[in-house]
Amino acid sequence: MTEQFNLSRRGFIASVAASTGGLALGFPLGATAQQLAELAEPEINAWVVVQPDNTVVVRVAKIEMGQGTLTGLAQLVAEELDADWENVTWSYPTPGENVARERVWGSFGTFGSQGIRASQELVRQGGAAARAMLLQAAANRWGVGVDEVTVERGVISGPGGQTLTYGDVAEDAAALDVPENVPVKDPSTWTIAGQSLLRLDTADKTDGSRVYSIDYTMDGMVNAAIRQCPVQGGTVASFDASTAETMPGVMRVLQVDDSTVAVVADTWWRAKTALDAVEIEWDIPEENAGFNTAQFEEMMREGLDAEDAFVGNQAGDVAGALDGAAQVVEATYAFPWQHHVTMEPMNATALVTDDSCTVWTSTQNAESDLAAASQASGLEIAQCDVHRMNLGGGFGRRGASSTDYTTHAVKIAMAMKGTPVKVIWSREEDMLHGTYHPSTMARFRGALDEEGNLTGMHMRISGQSIFAGLMPFALQDGMDPLVFQGLQAESTEGEFGYTVPNLLIDHAMRNPPLRPGFWRGVNNNQNSFYLESFMDELADAAGRDPLEFRRSLMQNHPKHLAVLDTVAEAIGWDAGAPEGRAYGLCQHMGYGSYVAAAAEVSVDGDTVKIHRIVAATDPGHVVNPQQVEAQIEGSFAMGLSAAMVSEITMENGQVQEENFDTYPIMTMWEMPEVESHIVPSGDFWGGVGEPTIFVAAPAVLNAVARLTGQRVRELPLYKSGLRLG
Amino acid sequence: MEEARRITPPLDRERDMPILNVNGTSHDVVAEPETPLLWVLREQIGLTGTKYGCGIAACGACTVHIGGIPTRSCQVQLQDIAEGEEIVTIEGLSPDRSHPVQQAWVELDVPQCGYCQSGQIMAAVALLRDIPEPTDEDIRAAMSNLCRCGTYNRIRDGIKRAAELS
Repeated sequence: MTEQFNLSRRGFIASVAASTGGLALGFPLGATAQQLAELAEPEINAWVVVQPDNTVVVRVAKIEMGQGTLTGLAQLVAEELDADWENVTWSYPTPGENVARERVWGSFGTFGSQGIRASQELVRQGGAAARAMLLQAAANRWGVGVDEVTVERGVISGPGGQTLTYGDVAEDAAALDVPENVPVKDPSTWTIAGQSLLRLDTADKTDGSRVYSIDYTMDGMVNAAIRQCPVQGGTVASFDASTAETMPGVMRVLQVDDSTVAVVADTWWRAKTALDAVEIEWDIPEENAGFNTAQFEEMMREGLDAEDAFVGNQAGDVAGALDGAAQVVEATYAFPWQHHVTMEPMNATALVTDDSCTVWTSTQNAESDLAAASQASGLEIAQCDVHRMNLGGGFGRRGASSTDYTTHAVKIAMAMKGTPVKVIWSREEDMLHGTYHPSTMARFRGALDEEGNLTGMHMRISGQSIFAGLMPFALQDGMDPLVFQGLQAESTEGEFGYTVPNLLIDHAMRNPPLRPGFWRGVNNNQNSFYLESFMDELADAAGRDPLEFRRSLMQNHPKHLAVLDTVAEAIGWDAGAPEGRAYGLCQHMGYGSYVAAAAEVSVDGDTVKIHRIVAATDPGHVVNPQQVEAQIEGSFAMGLSAAMVSEITMENGQVQEENFDTYPIMTMWEMPEVESHIVPSGDFWGGVGEPTIFVAAPAVLNAVARLTGQRVRELPLYKSGLRLG
Repeated sequence: MEEARRITPPLDRERDMPILNVNGTSHDVVAEPETPLLWVLREQIGLTGTKYGCGIAACGACTVHIGGIPTRSCQVQLQDIAEGEEIVTIEGLSPDRSHPVQQAWVELDVPQCGYCQSGQIMAAVALLRDIPEPTDEDIRAAMSNLCRCGTYNRIRDGIKRAAELS
């Protein structure tokens, strides 16, 4: 869907109808048959469009950013529809359409590993309703009962052997009332969903034809490069554009907002080159000007002992258990800031006129960008829209409350009304203005009795809150409940997997002047690293096997235990590692799924080699096993990057890492063999895009400790004198 | 690990209006001689399959072939390119996605977001030209392009599958 900026909304809908040449079916949320009939064309609140040539277009509300959700959702719809998978394709509605239709498609937000699990019910019902209508239309055509017709791969058969395709009856079907409460299939009968089908969106990634947001062009488009104050809270004091303005291709040098200067030129390279020639003086708030990593570590260490803390999980009497312990085990861990480094840097294109604002961008939450476009342009929501472009990675950076690049594009485009403006952040700009994975520390005190049983544990988290820094309205009486991901009692999202009679998990919030954000896995990453490392330390202190020690605490958490047992068996835990190598394992629950990992490592001098890593995941249901495997593999690459090689630091209030030379990520050289065990237990729907990421680090580091006796408590690896090879 | 290779011998600095041979087609290019080939391809010629990822030859998303050599085009200036030197981008690999590497990539669903894959594929094609049947170690040593989605193992498998298809 492109180039609709000059059309009215109604015109836009009509243009879509004209381009698809078909009819939409679906189920109405809030719309009556009468209202639907009044529409200028039969495009209705729809998940399914069937074109005359039998092409089935599945409307996808969530965004595809590599995680495979697009294909999975299409599989679910096609399954209920009994469509021919060969004929299935997709389209993205816009957030403007969603608003205009009272959010018929629900939330566009694609984060929290919710792509499938949060919309499976809606899309399956949509497919099932469409199927019922198509069959009814065929039955009507033949004058037979609907119970006398059957369908296979989009071909409907009647009692006399007659056949009609979905395309043949689509128009008739669209005129029927949409049935309510059509039952969906039992997953055990699936033939399209549940299968390792190839993705729908691979081919154009192999020949350069796929258009990402950064590739989007329009007639008359100009390009902008921006520079924002590298210190949080800083503003533009003055800037000298006299040189830049004389450089080739430069059209405008302007201040975009309090902290941003832009150069607009015919090409982006010229804009960026000229931007380098703009002298900018910044006003930097004194309290942030000298801030550095060491200072934040001091703040967090103070928090480890602070009186006041928010309580996330509590049982029994921890102080009493520690007082009465035969042995108290203590350890402190730290997790550094991380950057998303999506391979496609932040960018957006905007066109503003007196009465419209249109944005083309890669976003995980187009409704946020729609709101940002309205706010920045001063136009009504109904006058704005956002066209969702392909993402070169998301990982949370392009999600909630991350609309800064869209706002830039709109503000610059407002200064150049009628001219489309594409803003691209350089990699350096991108790295200096991220929404960083929060940094925290954790101190544990564990009480062991004479027999080496864990009788009590205090886990004090100290450090940064995402909610406080990014969306303070989400705090609950000052507390950030998200800090306790995977550590909460009785949670369907991320339940603490051990039964400890006396337990206290609390958080002393300490926030630095560095904007935090949601980074794939979010707070599960450090929480799992802390807890699962400490579980091994407790087992060591108790003189017990780490698997047996965990199992003794997990009898009330059978699903946590099942995935742990799966990886233990798969890696050959009981038989032990080959000479010169060691195994490590861990488990955690997050985003509604149970995950575990076991790693096999060797250490040669200072070099850690990960030979293989075995994963088990129970996401309840699996829509496409080979894509779940892809998410597991990718999660290890990203999780191990954070644990082993990547780190963001601050000096003088400014992030020090500006590109991949100083913020390395894992390469193929370091990537281990990955073995995936997908073990859905079938009675819930969990996510798969994130969960495995948080079991990457502890599995490897527990193996390193078992092999060398060296416990890595601060990440990344170099802080322990080790490196990944 | 293979580093990005620069073109040698370079340049005829006297030229002010170079004619680039890209995917077998000649292009008159109007740009400052210091302009990186990456941005000439993307903004002047309109071939956006070659991606900007870092601008410092660290990520490999901008890999193209110059005279058959895989090269990170963000670090090649327009003035560094010899007259008539053959530049091949992802768009020039085949007219119909029929190159064995492209076929293997589709067959194994290698890409996730796909943004780095143009560069990965161009690096893989060059590797297979040098070593038609690479071992895992050959692949790990040669493929230094970054992938944030973490498709490395499928890239490796894709290269081995492409070797079978070649």
